[in-house]
Amino acid sequence: MSHENTHRAAPAEAAVPAIEIEGLHKSFGDVHVLKGCDLTVRPGEVAVLVGPSGSGKSTLLRCINQLEEASAGRVRIEGVTQGYAEQPLADGRWQKLSAKQIAAQRARIGMVFQRFQLFPHMTALHNVMEAPVHVLGVEKAQAESEARELLARVGLAERADHYPSELSGGQQQRVAIARALAMKPELMLFDEPTSALDPELVAEVLAVLQDLAADGMTMVVVTHEMGFAREVADTVVFMDDGRIIEQGPPAQVIDSPRSDRLKDFLDSVL
Amino acid sequence: MSTSSIAPPPAAAPASGDYAPIRAKAAPRPGTWIAALIVALLVLALVNFLLTNPVLDWGTVATYILDVKVVQGVGWTLLLTVLSMVVGTVIALLAAIMRRSDNPVLRGVAWAYIFVFRGTPVYTQLVFWGLFTVIIPKIVIGVPFGLELLSFSTRDLFTAFWAAVIGLGLNEGAYLAEIFRSGLNSVDRGQSEASRALGMSEGLILRRIIVPQAMRVIVPPLGNETIGMLKTTSLVLAVPFTLDLTFATNGIANKLFTPIPLLIVAALWYLAITSVLMVGQHHLEKYFGRGFDARTPGAPGTKRSRQSAVNSAGTTPQNPLPEVEL
Repeated sequence: MSHENTHRAAPAEAAVPAIEIEGLHKSFGDVHVLKGCDLTVRPGEVAVLVGPSGSGKSTLLRCINQLEEASAGRVRIEGVTQGYAEQPLADGRWQKLSAKQIAAQRARIGMVFQRFQLFPHMTALHNVMEAPVHVLGVEKAQAESEARELLARVGLAERADHYPSELSGGQQQRVAIARALAMKPELMLFDEPTSALDPELVAEVLAVLQDLAADGMTMVVVTHEMGFAREVADTVVFMDDGRIIEQGPPAQVIDSPRSDRLKDFLDSVL
Repeated sequence: MSTSSIAPPPAAAPASGDYAPIRAKAAPRPGTWIAALIVALLVLALVNFLLTNPVLDWGTVATYILDVKVVQGVGWTLLLTVLSMVVGTVIALLAAIMRRSDNPVLRGVAWAYIFVFRGTPVYTQLVFWGLFTVIIPKIVIGVPFGLELLSFSTRDLFTAFWAAVIGLGLNEGAYLAEIFRSGLNSVDRGQSEASRALGMSEGLILRRIIVPQAMRVIVPPLGNETIGMLKTTSLVLAVPFTLDLTFATNGIANKLFTPIPLLIVAALWYLAITSVLMVGQHHLEKYFGRGFDARTPGAPGTKRSRQSAVNSAGTTPQNPLPEVEL
């Protein structure tokens, strides 16, 4: 299975990073969750965030598409600063973007949630069509044929007309992935996509992720599935207590950890 | 609870799919039987009273149930109910969305509206709206304290009928606003997050994702409120608006000196309209419940989910029943 890691040509060093995070801090009231994170993800790279719960992985992920507003630092997607104007104002403050501009930035980033969050009052097909039709203004007929293609791609062509409540957890999560892909995103964020699934359903979702990675999608995945990290990740990022402690190829991070904290963590999960 | 009447399970397991069902005899429940007997006797006594008591005068009921004045009264009552529910729904949706706003002015005004209109009797409010043309005889559009561009007398526009609609609608809006607010709050926060992640705007999220899901919680208490409104329209005499069903039957009763048969006429009409409204409510609940309950209708659980929807709205205990019964 190691070919999963090698199918992609090494991106040129000069290319603009898909994601560039600099000195990111996030506090919720008095709780300092992210304590200065720097991370660069190349186009086509699969970065897997691992670490104990409460280490800030999900918060970091949610800062990338502005579901959380960073307290300090900066996130750039393909060179474009997220949430703020590129240059400071004359008085040194940073102009926030309008809700509409932020929505447009988010539309280019797909996100998949731990608890699926499909729209329960819509069929699988309409879940996938919703954003292309109402955000991008795609014609309904075209959106439907694209949605059916995407559902076929995640192996759910026959389930298009079912409501989420009629689907298993694994099927719901695959619909959620198709829904995110329908916006033709430049990168995909996965927030513990298999944590809410029964053990026997994890594999079908991971297979879809693996398939996406093989297609060259830029992905950031928060997960506890170390086997998946080892097989699919280009970079494994270990976080603890709001900081990135180690990052590198899986062989290095998982098989020869340097820090004691990572060793302790790997002992507890492997 | 003795289980002696239930056959013990067969010792040898039958072949799969092929078994003899238990031949059960119900356990004796003497308490329930005695209670049922007492209730049945009371019902018989009531039916006997309804049929034989001359005061009820079913002949007069039959004469007036389709009287022109009465049927017209039914029409006005229905019109008042529908229009004031529409006014109330629009105001309530606005107030509920304003209460969710980040802006303290919007939030505060919505809170104050609910505070005032929910906190005063609807009868008082109706009298007030009846006197509106006395309080504000003329509406002027123009520069404040200066140029007068357009002015009209409120007496011509604000008739007793519209005073009744506005009065009932504004009062109802305050109750519905709380129902809508709890409905909007009942939708998982993750839903708006997932929508935001797809690049949807707040307005689009509200319209396409939140409100349709909130309706499932909103419709059952909304049905209760509509039925309540049907009966509250009998108070429009306070405006005074004098064409509704209750006023029509009371007028006939006063003329004939026979109040009881005409009370029955009114009650039968209110019951008939309520029955129709219940059918509509059932269909609305089915529509907005789509996707939420994969089980067949009537299966165990459907009743419970509806009840939990009513409970989560949390408005039924505050229903102003004493006002309606005036």
